[in-house]
Amino acid sequence: MNRQVLIDSPYEVKAGMIFQTRKMTEFEKYFQIVLPGSEDLGHEPGQFVMISIPGVGEVPISVSSSPTQKGFFELVVRSAGMVTAALHRLEAGDTVGIRGPYGKGFPYRAMQGSDLLFIGGGCGNIPLRSLIHYALDCRSRYGKIHILVGCKSPEMMLFVDELSTWSERPDINLDQTVDQGGPGWKGKVGLITKLIPPLAIEPEKTFAVVVGPPIMYKFVIQELLKKNIPSGQIILSMERHMKCGVGKCGHCQIGPHYCCQDGPVFTYEEIRYNHEAI
Amino acid sequence: MPDISEYVFLDKNKLDFFVSKLNTRQRVVAPVRKGVKSYAFAEVPSAKDISWKYIPTILPPKKYFMPQYETIQKFDKSKRTWETVVSSEPIVILGVHTCDLAGIEFLNAMMSSAPCDAHYRNRKANITLIGIECLDYCDGSASCAVMKNELPHGGYDLFMTEMKQGFISHVGSDRGRNIASDSRIFTPAKPEHIRELEELRARKKDIFKPEINVSHEELKNLFSQSFESNMWREEMEKRCVSCGNCTNVCPTCYCFDLRDELDLSLTTGERQRVWDSCQNETFAKVASGENFRKKKGLRQRHRYMRKFYYPVEKHGLYGCTGCGRCTRTCMAKISLKETINKLAEEQQNSKEPVLNQ
Repeated sequence: MNRQVLIDSPYEVKAGMIFQTRKMTEFEKYFQIVLPGSEDLGHEPGQFVMISIPGVGEVPISVSSSPTQKGFFELVVRSAGMVTAALHRLEAGDTVGIRGPYGKGFPYRAMQGSDLLFIGGGCGNIPLRSLIHYALDCRSRYGKIHILVGCKSPEMMLFVDELSTWSERPDINLDQTVDQGGPGWKGKVGLITKLIPPLAIEPEKTFAVVVGPPIMYKFVIQELLKKNIPSGQIILSMERHMKCGVGKCGHCQIGPHYCCQDGPVFTYEEIRYNHEAI
Repeated sequence: MPDISEYVFLDKNKLDFFVSKLNTRQRVVAPVRKGVKSYAFAEVPSAKDISWKYIPTILPPKKYFMPQYETIQKFDKSKRTWETVVSSEPIVILGVHTCDLAGIEFLNAMMSSAPCDAHYRNRKANITLIGIECLDYCDGSASCAVMKNELPHGGYDLFMTEMKQGFISHVGSDRGRNIASDSRIFTPAKPEHIRELEELRARKKDIFKPEINVSHEELKNLFSQSFESNMWREEMEKRCVSCGNCTNVCPTCYCFDLRDELDLSLTTGERQRVWDSCQNETFAKVASGENFRKKKGLRQRHRYMRKFYYPVEKHGLYGCTGCGRCTRTCMAKISLKETINKLAEEQQNSKEPVLNQ
């Protein structure tokens, strides 16, 4: 049996150096990762990477920094399974395997000139952040910006400092809610769907970008349709089990679509009649 | 009239010599008997070991293109290095049925669609395929005629058809031409060989008839309209036991898992590609606990859609070859032909009231 080293395997990984980490909540940890030679990841907002720890395994994680951020990229990882738990034990100076970026990101070019309505629930705020940062770094290319953020409880709120900065900007309309309040929480309590009806938007020139848990899509989409936002301008990022990231292993299929290649970002128009999407 | 220059003839008494000659250059595998009605592709030192008349092997020849366990990467934690590897060797697969040739063609299309799977490609480059023509049905589970796989459609290096005196062999590639050019084994085909082949193929038309009540062309539409059929949520939900046998034996199933195995040093190890099955309960489950295909019946629906709808939409290819392995192996005795007939009947019934109006 001949063993041969392959140079063009889609599963080839690069060594990513963890440059900085920060605990964000009880379950989420922030990682700043540098590729060999500080090479750019070359991603688009909404794309993901496969990150691996040798001997433990590999998982797909959304990039949460904007491509306008050079020299490194950022991931925020929720500890949920074996690999993410092992990632949480890593610190600055440790090495991880990186391949990607993969998938179709947010249609940030098609959105130029339009108003943007960001709706993020829980973990969904992580990939959403890459596009928010991109839009804010290229602020003149976009119209009004609305950001709605929700999560289960105040202590699970992500990017609290950034949210507070954005809430003070006159060119951003930011609203937050938690499903259940807690000590010290002065903001709204209730589901994120409640934040949609009061919004003053022009539906024809608005792109709604929604990222959150599966259950959230069902109800948020209904509210957006009531607002008359066209289904082709409702942008969703779907979560699925992924192993290969290159449209082969079959785990991430949503009907005929491979979430890892055809998505993770879809318009509502693309998947509204898909029996396995929402 | 076929082009006679593309054909060679192998006399029956030269079969032993042919197989031993192939064996001098590389490993030769062919169908061998394993049980009363079970066969497997295995190494054959001589022609005597081969079961020329066989029903589809337990596992299809995909196991040589994409082994059940395959090392794709070696890593060293201490050095922080990864090396992507492929292990392969030259091999001849002899005696491949037309259904399995179609299965390999399907895998080729899936694995070479961008980005090309280099591991699969490297193994494939080392494999020589020699097909054998089926002169009758393997058994009642097969549905090769409706899938249009009772006749060869390429995808082989050499394709042999057994006739009275020997095998007429069609050359399908340069590699096949090299094998056929050994004049001690093959002789040029004569016009009477071609005539005999044509007569044989004409007789096959009377033997191989569509096995289900739906035509090849209608199959895709039938499935595109069957998402909400009771078949999935009721019948399959009750009968299927999610064992995954159907996907393991399927010549066009290639879903896999990637796993890390650390060796005893806890420093070095390998990343393996391992066959997986969409029928397993955790196949579409994410770490948060959400399972996107929780019901057995919907997992079966997904399997059927991956054979009769999705790849036809995307690649213009059916993912079913008609080999009948899934039916033969099913622990719950779910028959592919019956499932399709029931879906067709159900759709016919739902249409009737409209026609009567």
